[in-house]
Amino acid sequence: MINFNFFVLPFTLGLIYVFLAVGKSWYRWIAALPAIDKVKLTNGLKHPGKIAAALREIFLESLIHRKMWKQNPLLGYMHMSFALGWFLLIILGNIESRYYSGTHLNAPYYPIFLKFFIHDKLVLFFEVYSVPFLFRFFMDFLLIFILSGLVLAFLKRKQSKWFGMKKTTSHHFTDRVAITTLWLIFPMRLLAESYTAGYYGNGGGFMTQPLGNFLVSLTPLPSDFVAYTMWWCYSLVLGIFFVMLPYSRYMHIPTEILLIFFRHCGIQPKKWYSSFSETEVQSCSRCGVCLDDCPMIAAGIQDSQAVYFISGVRDRYVPEEISQKCLVCGRCQEVCPVGISTDSLRLIKRREITSGQASDFRYLTNGHSGKGDVVYFSGCMTHLTPTIILAMKGILTRAGIDFIHLDADGSVCCGRPLMIAGKDRQANELIEFNKTLIRQTQARMLVTSCPICYRVFREEYNLPIRIQHHSQFLLNLIKTGKIPLQGHFSKVAYHDPCDLGRGTKTYEAPRELIGKVADLVNVREEREKAHCCGGSLGMFEASNSQRNLMTKAALDILVENQPETIATSCPLCKKTLGRHASMAVKDIAELVYEAIPRE
Amino acid sequence: MDPQVIIIGAGIAGLTAAGALAEKGHHVLILEKEAQPGGHVAQWDRLFPSRRPGSEVLDHIRKIMDGRVEIKPGIRINGIIAHDQDFTVLTEEGTSYTGQALLIASGFRLFQAERKEEYGYGIYDNVITSAEVETVFKQGKKLLTSKGTLPQRVALIHCVGSRDEKVGNLYCSKVCCVTGVKQAIEIKEQLPQCEVFSFYMDMRMYDRHFEELYFEAQKQWGVQFIRGRLSECSEAPDQSLIIKTEDTLTGRPLRMIVDLVILLVGFVPEPETGKLVEMLGLSTGEDGFILPSDEHYNDNLTTVPGVFLAGAVKGPATISNTIADARAAALQIDSWLKTKP
Repeated sequence: MINFNFFVLPFTLGLIYVFLAVGKSWYRWIAALPAIDKVKLTNGLKHPGKIAAALREIFLESLIHRKMWKQNPLLGYMHMSFALGWFLLIILGNIESRYYSGTHLNAPYYPIFLKFFIHDKLVLFFEVYSVPFLFRFFMDFLLIFILSGLVLAFLKRKQSKWFGMKKTTSHHFTDRVAITTLWLIFPMRLLAESYTAGYYGNGGGFMTQPLGNFLVSLTPLPSDFVAYTMWWCYSLVLGIFFVMLPYSRYMHIPTEILLIFFRHCGIQPKKWYSSFSETEVQSCSRCGVCLDDCPMIAAGIQDSQAVYFISGVRDRYVPEEISQKCLVCGRCQEVCPVGISTDSLRLIKRREITSGQASDFRYLTNGHSGKGDVVYFSGCMTHLTPTIILAMKGILTRAGIDFIHLDADGSVCCGRPLMIAGKDRQANELIEFNKTLIRQTQARMLVTSCPICYRVFREEYNLPIRIQHHSQFLLNLIKTGKIPLQGHFSKVAYHDPCDLGRGTKTYEAPRELIGKVADLVNVREEREKAHCCGGSLGMFEASNSQRNLMTKAALDILVENQPETIATSCPLCKKTLGRHASMAVKDIAELVYEAIPRE
Repeated sequence: MDPQVIIIGAGIAGLTAAGALAEKGHHVLILEKEAQPGGHVAQWDRLFPSRRPGSEVLDHIRKIMDGRVEIKPGIRINGIIAHDQDFTVLTEEGTSYTGQALLIASGFRLFQAERKEEYGYGIYDNVITSAEVETVFKQGKKLLTSKGTLPQRVALIHCVGSRDEKVGNLYCSKVCCVTGVKQAIEIKEQLPQCEVFSFYMDMRMYDRHFEELYFEAQKQWGVQFIRGRLSECSEAPDQSLIIKTEDTLTGRPLRMIVDLVILLVGFVPEPETGKLVEMLGLSTGEDGFILPSDEHYNDNLTTVPGVFLAGAVKGPATISNTIADARAAALQIDSWLKTKP
């Protein structure tokens, strides 16, 4: 017996379309991978461990939505009910349809519209606990599960605060069509199944049957006609949703799966827009979790957060202003449930903008450096806060370190500020210049006071020597007893600089160091959640007053537990926070230096 | 007897207005937070562009008001109550003064140069401010380095705390350019062997005789003006200073070693004035200075009837501007008292 009715056509055609469209995209992206990444992918797919890890992540993130749960349980439940609920509905629906048809070879629409074709009657007592009953029970249960998520999704549009979100994303036309049809799918299924069950007086579960009986009793029109219309509507919204999917944010559903496989095979973001970037962009669900935690919100900037920037990249049009209006502080990357490398995408766009710009570094003469065991590079920003340099030189001298202050007469920039502006070519000129100088010192270790320099030394310099930020270096000096400590500060709050914290994951060394010379007070949002001080060199589109608002927002959190001193480990943060703080703002090197007994 | 007018601030604005009001027969009381009247001018040696002593101007103003105006020094105001017809000023000492009109002439404060940490003020001994240079001259001393030697090279840095978005002050302080030119000449007069460099963004020689003074500095005294904003200052082992800037006329980075750096600090709103603003419900501009009720034709009036403004509470001003403004305020107060019901 062939079960067919014309109403299944919209769904079936939509399904074929979405499979072809997604398949074509997957093929295109994989084909466009650089050769090295293709090798990684092929090797990874031969590796059962990697596949298992990828599948595990797909289950945890794409279905359970673990990161969303961590963000806010209500938000997690909402996303899980849709994803996991729908997934289980498909699985169980397939098993159910096999049970009824006795074959594996069912048309794809058959499980979806099963209740239109099957109306078996359960009358006898023992039948109530039969397999069909269980199917009906669980299918109704899953439908309720999804519908509960739908109610939450609707509430979220009205009361986003309940979901831990102050802001929700504003969407495009295609997204609006897709979201409307998506939201209609399950109510339509509920109505179609209920009317059918009501019309036949059987075939429904614990929810659809009583609801169907009730609806039929209310409806003046012939209930078989209403039921049939509902099946058409159900099929139509499914079909439209599938056709819109590749052009809407719901493309993130199939793309994220591919992205997870890419990552588990070791494929990483490139400096240019690769097909890995494209899968990242297409994996953004525009959930808007990145909005609330963005420090720019404090300054009233609401149009250039990661979600809007990525949306622009997807639409092949990002106004220059949007690319440039970002602190590149990495906060959104930490909260993104999909783990999209938002900063590196932003820098890729900036590189495209600035690629043609000229530079002139002819004034760089070949400098000469002396020799020393440790080379200390204070960095340009530290030159603007000379107390840090004085403290570092004082400590190094006191500890009897054979050091050379490489940029005593002022630095040649480490290159990172240019890189954040997208000027990698220009940055490389400076990097080569500095590398030569560092090599000449024959030092075994490079120590810097600036997290901006520290990050670029680690990521771009490929130096054959150890590189440390001064927080790590000073901690080691104390641990090995090289410097005596006497003084003690009370109540110090530590501010994590973006480049040191989120940039290089150096969270513990500065805290341990402060612990040696002061009482560290808790800060509500610290470590990976720390706020950018607002002084970021990565921001090109904020006015001074907007920056001030960001600084004040960061300070408000730092002073919650009434510290007497604010400590940081970045000259730029120190300078920025110092402008607005009502208490002293010091670099950790200054704290250590002040704690050393005077000779 | 209660005074008719209470003036807050005994700088040149307050003193001038007091003299003018006393001449019109009003009973005036001045409240001053410092121990001595005279304000900033009392600390200044010679004035631009004429280079006459500041004390001369101050003496002239005081001569008009002396004996006719009462000055209460060392006063800290902690409240002002506005009644229908008058104002009561409460002080921290517990005393109170009531008057029919209130003139706010509490002036400005010099920008705290420590806030530009990169210039090293408060860190390096040989970085000083223009105010300290005036003190040295006023005491009749020679300008020396921290070691007590004669400086061979001096750099004057313009726009410290002014026209600087990074410290939150977008405005021009108006007097520093010409003060820099004046001090450059005075240094050359005192130390002819010393090389003097001025680092500026642009020279704002807007008033009478300013441009002539600027020419004199270049032609007669050989002061070198370099267009470029100082980026940073560091100290060499011998305590001389290494300054870095960009010569924006040649487009080249520039590095120079000098013995003394003088920071030409600008005007910022006096924090104590901020309290008065709150007590009276006045408004300030984004620069923090008080806004008059109309900046063109009512610039001595505020939005509160009976409360008047004079001098640098409204923003940076020269001495001659301030004196003229204080006289205008006195006229406004006089007519207000006469028409008062």
